[in-house]
Amino acid sequence: MRRLVIAAAAALSLSAVAAPQPALAAEATVAPPAQNWSFGGLFGTFDRASAQRGFQVYKEVCAACHGLRHLSYRHLGVLGFSAAEITAIAAEYKVPDFDDDGQPIERDARPSDRFRSPFANEAAGRAANNGAYPPDLSVIVKARADGANYLYALLTGYGNPPAGMQLGEGMHYNEYFPGHQIAMARPLNDEQVTYADGTANTTSQMSRDLTTFLAWAAEPEMEDRKRMGVKVMLFLLILTGLMYASKRKLWSDLH
Amino acid sequence: MVGLHNSDIKNPTLRWIDQRLPLISLMQNEYAKFPAPRNFNYWWNFGALAMVNLMIMIVTGIVLAMHYTPHTAFAFDSVERIMRDVNYGWLIRYIHANGASMFFIVVYIHMFRGLYYGSYKAPRELLWILGVVILLLMMATAFMGYVLPWGQMSFWGATVITNLFSAIPIVGDAIVTWLWGGFSIDNPTLNRFFSLHYLLPFVIVGVVFLHVVALHITGSNNPLGIEPKGPQDTVPFHPYYTVKDTFGMCVYLMVFAFLVFFAPNYLGHPDNYIPANPLVTPAHIVPEWYFLPFYAILRAVPSKLGGVLLMFASIFVLFLLPWLDTSKVRSARFRPVYKWFFWLLVVWCVILGYCGAKPPEGIYVVLSRLGTIYYFAHFLIILPVLGKLERPLPLPESIAQAVLGGGGRMPAGAVAKPMEKA
Repeated sequence: MRRLVIAAAAALSLSAVAAPQPALAAEATVAPPAQNWSFGGLFGTFDRASAQRGFQVYKEVCAACHGLRHLSYRHLGVLGFSAAEITAIAAEYKVPDFDDDGQPIERDARPSDRFRSPFANEAAGRAANNGAYPPDLSVIVKARADGANYLYALLTGYGNPPAGMQLGEGMHYNEYFPGHQIAMARPLNDEQVTYADGTANTTSQMSRDLTTFLAWAAEPEMEDRKRMGVKVMLFLLILTGLMYASKRKLWSDLH
Repeated sequence: MVGLHNSDIKNPTLRWIDQRLPLISLMQNEYAKFPAPRNFNYWWNFGALAMVNLMIMIVTGIVLAMHYTPHTAFAFDSVERIMRDVNYGWLIRYIHANGASMFFIVVYIHMFRGLYYGSYKAPRELLWILGVVILLLMMATAFMGYVLPWGQMSFWGATVITNLFSAIPIVGDAIVTWLWGGFSIDNPTLNRFFSLHYLLPFVIVGVVFLHVVALHITGSNNPLGIEPKGPQDTVPFHPYYTVKDTFGMCVYLMVFAFLVFFAPNYLGHPDNYIPANPLVTPAHIVPEWYFLPFYAILRAVPSKLGGVLLMFASIFVLFLLPWLDTSKVRSARFRPVYKWFFWLLVVWCVILGYCGAKPPEGIYVVLSRLGTIYYFAHFLIILPVLGKLERPLPLPESIAQAVLGGGGRMPAGAVAKPMEKA
């Protein structure tokens, strides 16, 4: 089977193509509208309050099906959670371990543990979700073209299919999902999550908060990176100027 | 010739060393005193930049290898761990990933500069050929490096490229199995790619060394394409070109740094952040941008074997270039017709790259085919014929005369100074 798939894929991408590829052509994608993100631009930083709310949305809604396995609970400290809060969050989950006698046990998660994934493995995930595996969200914003905008558009893009469109069984219409049929039911509805800080819990607000959280989860280094980038660019700008002046000076006796 | 090297270094300790192992003298002669034509423009920076880039890749690569795990079950996660838990791992990895792109940008410019100014012509044929060998090694290294993160594009790119060899009649399938180390792309494939990805850069270093040796035998070409006739035509490499190259390097580093710090994934494909899955084929399998023109040539031919042959031929034709171009005049400055064909080649290469990124259908197929036809016609038909038909412009008598005499801005006495220095 695997060989067959590989061979088919190779043939698909290699076939030189006189005939158009209906399978590819059908993958209709709609470009997501650009949003104004706190972390956008050269100096953007993650809006901490929004990311914290986004974590709440992840924890109460997404985490039922989607993992975040590249993150540890301790990482949440960057978003402003206190050590005590993180310990409490971690303790809500059980992780497999061994006791001193080598017997398998389940214990409370510690801040140093990775986020517990909802399914033991991919097969279990598929079995529980009508065959569609809910992807791990650790790097989802990097793993989609125009990640943050796409994610927001996807979360808010559910609706009724246009007249004449026949949805597959258990599928849902989404304007921004490639092909417009997505296995995931609409995950966020108005007032689904109650925010402690009183922020309006509309679908769009929750989507925005969740996207901010997942953007941070995908690129936790982003703020350091941009900060260092500004310094490096300034340094190089000055060095380039100095080198240009040196070059002019040295060459001035040649012409 | 046996015996101590005749060193003129003053410091007794350094002289003692230099007499026995004349590395300092070698550097003095080949990098400090080395006479370079005085009229290089900034396109001549790119050889030095490529050298710098190679060093950056090797240093960052060695550090990454300390943290990377070449196993299908751990490779993807180990890369993300580098991004999150290794101190400045994100910096090292983004430098390495974008460094590959920068390397190809620099080398492609370096090659097109060679094409424009005829740097491949006698007596620099072997210098050019060594350069093409470096390009081939770079392509192999870059391809295998892209497989290592074990994302979707890693896996499927490797599938497409290794399957090219199955187009070879009779033994094709056996070769593919041999390359994979099994009956599908799996852990043995990843392991050998990692091993070779670590090895090949040092092979590149070796060929770069030969490239530089060959360069120092023939001396550099220059924008006029005429050989220096005397010391008035050259300047010592240091400080004139060391400072000019350093300035160029700073500009290059700014472009590089901008990518690394502000758009680190701009040149990558988002699908490579999805872990490799042999059962799910991405909608479009595309190679890294620097392979796109070749990918377009591959797909332009309605036969797998034909496409593979043409793709490899598109590189191998460069080996023959010194003998395909029949014009005795090197620089396009003095070749009024060739100049146009050169830019046509550049434009077609860009179009081919664009088509390589698009699905193989409709207008993109037509453009790919036209581009492929032009690419080969350029080297196999236009260059041989043009050399016979074209009437080149009169060449200047010497570099000094063209650079200093023509403008008439400098007093005649100014010419004497560099002569004293040289």
